[in-house]
Amino acid sequence: MLYREAGQFKSTYTADQQIFPIRQDRVAVFALLAVAYVVVPLIANEYWLSAILVPFLIFALAAIGLNLLTGYAGQLSLGTAAFMAVGAFAAYNFMLRVPGMPVLVAFVLAGVCAALVGILFGLPSLRIKGFYLAVATLAAQFFIVWALTKFGWFSNYSSSGVINAQKIEILGYTFDQPLPKYLLTLTIVAVLALAAKNMVRSAIGRAWMAVRDMDVAAEVIGFPMLRTKLTAFAVSSFYCGIAGALYAFCYLGTVEPEGFNLDLSFRILFMIILGGVGSILGSFLGAAFIVLFPIFLNTVAGPIEHALGVSLPPGIMSNLELMIFGALIILFLIVEPHGLARMWQIAKEKLRLWPFPH
Amino acid sequence: MAFFFEVLIGGLLSGVMYSLVALGFVLIYKASGVFNFAQGAMVFFAALTFIGLQQDFGINFWVAFVLALGVMILLGLATEKFVLRPLVNQPQITLFMATIGLTFFIEGLAQLLGGANVRGLDIGIQDEPIEAITKATGMNISRFDLVAAGIAALLVVSLALFFNRTRIGRALRAVADDHQAALAVGIPLHQIWGIVWAVAGFVALVAGMLWGARNGVQFALTFVALKALPVLILGGFESVPGAILGGLIIGASEKLAEVYLGPYVGGGIEGWFPYVLALLFLLVRPEGLFGEKHIDRV
Repeated sequence: MLYREAGQFKSTYTADQQIFPIRQDRVAVFALLAVAYVVVPLIANEYWLSAILVPFLIFALAAIGLNLLTGYAGQLSLGTAAFMAVGAFAAYNFMLRVPGMPVLVAFVLAGVCAALVGILFGLPSLRIKGFYLAVATLAAQFFIVWALTKFGWFSNYSSSGVINAQKIEILGYTFDQPLPKYLLTLTIVAVLALAAKNMVRSAIGRAWMAVRDMDVAAEVIGFPMLRTKLTAFAVSSFYCGIAGALYAFCYLGTVEPEGFNLDLSFRILFMIILGGVGSILGSFLGAAFIVLFPIFLNTVAGPIEHALGVSLPPGIMSNLELMIFGALIILFLIVEPHGLARMWQIAKEKLRLWPFPH
Repeated sequence: MAFFFEVLIGGLLSGVMYSLVALGFVLIYKASGVFNFAQGAMVFFAALTFIGLQQDFGINFWVAFVLALGVMILLGLATEKFVLRPLVNQPQITLFMATIGLTFFIEGLAQLLGGANVRGLDIGIQDEPIEAITKATGMNISRFDLVAAGIAALLVVSLALFFNRTRIGRALRAVADDHQAALAVGIPLHQIWGIVWAVAGFVALVAGMLWGARNGVQFALTFVALKALPVLILGGFESVPGAILGGLIIGASEKLAEVYLGPYVGGGIEGWFPYVLALLFLLVRPEGLFGEKHIDRV
């Protein structure tokens, strides 16, 4: 009843091809944006903005990047964090070395740099597939972090490669408070997410999916393999690069190459697996889950300890957290291998009839 | 020149240690098509279990070894039952992700039980140069490395015999070849997978003891899995000889590169050099040295 598309007739091609063809979806997206832009700034405090919402948005962006590559183009990558590192360091260097560089242009150029590096490390994908490729992308992960640490030029010769992100100034307004930073991140992420949503249903996205489903067949019916795979790497790395730049400029402020380690790559991979491989919405859901879960665990741990009358040392607590996290991932994969996005899909099916039985 | 050979032999011997870890990956991949990322965590867990039994409970070396083996077999069987069995027929990436979850679980469990401190493990072999060789050739070759290489060779030979000469071994190969055909001729699939995970646990225990004796039993032991991955793709995922040869190549070239190439770029290239080497190699042979060639059919 609530989610019923019956009666929504399309009489023009433009209407038929719009990005959210169902009215309820459009309403939901506008409502979400309204909440994010109006309600959240009114009610959220500084902690929520800078410790939860901003990282959530940034990780969601990185997850979209990885999802475009892994979920849509079918190329498993374990080097996401390295491409984020390229973005962060490129943005820093553009701001540092080009006088009067507008920060948004620096972000875009950082994304372009990451895309170029992505193309370079994507070249092997033309020859190798599957887990061989996954391990090969680890080469990107280790090499990039090593290069950023080793060559002082990237971090302006600071000790152990730590960089301090410059102030963000757009049209004379300085983004130094959590709220403006949140709004800036939100705007960038929203624009890029909509672009991604559009991309995956256009020619390029269809080419990716054809390659994902069977690359030989895709090649036979005329999709250029070279261009399709490399654009997937380029676009994915572009998203990750922007996410990395935001990570440095809007979230942490101070980053070092070691911060973009394999663990971060895995975290982003978890986001898309738990959220849903091959789903833009899933990237957001997965990012929310991974960001919120440790906080949730810490919040419930206190009362449980109190109720049991024991207090666990922090070492044990963090190990328990690791175990619960691992077990939860396995459980998730067993119960719903298609992720949270699939659950949302099932919920929509239910809402179509609800509250009537047929 | 002696220095070159010293580096080369040192590299080859440390390569054997990588092979040991890679072997665990190969076993599981061969039999169940699962890329088991948790192998590194299993190595860590095995070493920690052994050291806990030996030092905290004061149990004799061999008894502790057998008990630790028992624990690893239980872990393998539990993994098969609670992780893999519910995930039958899922795509490979899902199974891979499940083993990453398993990695977190085992790492947490290991540290919960064993603590996070570095612990020394003494298995009765000194890590010092053998004087006779030093005198004869002027090269420093560690006794420990030689023994480790010997153990690895023994392990490979016995695994090869196990795979080729025993009934279970034949069943394992049949399962590796084709799950459904193996089921059709009456091979109990779950039992076979349980055995494979148990054998992988055994390999992890041996690797964990050797690595633990060398570097101390600590969390960093899980990173040896990352060292084994380039070995794996170089040798081919499905090949035991590939794991050995890949290990030798990676070990030797890594040490040589660090010594001869490292100074030009500022050192510390050991972390990524094996990957780049394996990557370049894959460009020529996309399925590794001995991996199975896949023929795509539309």
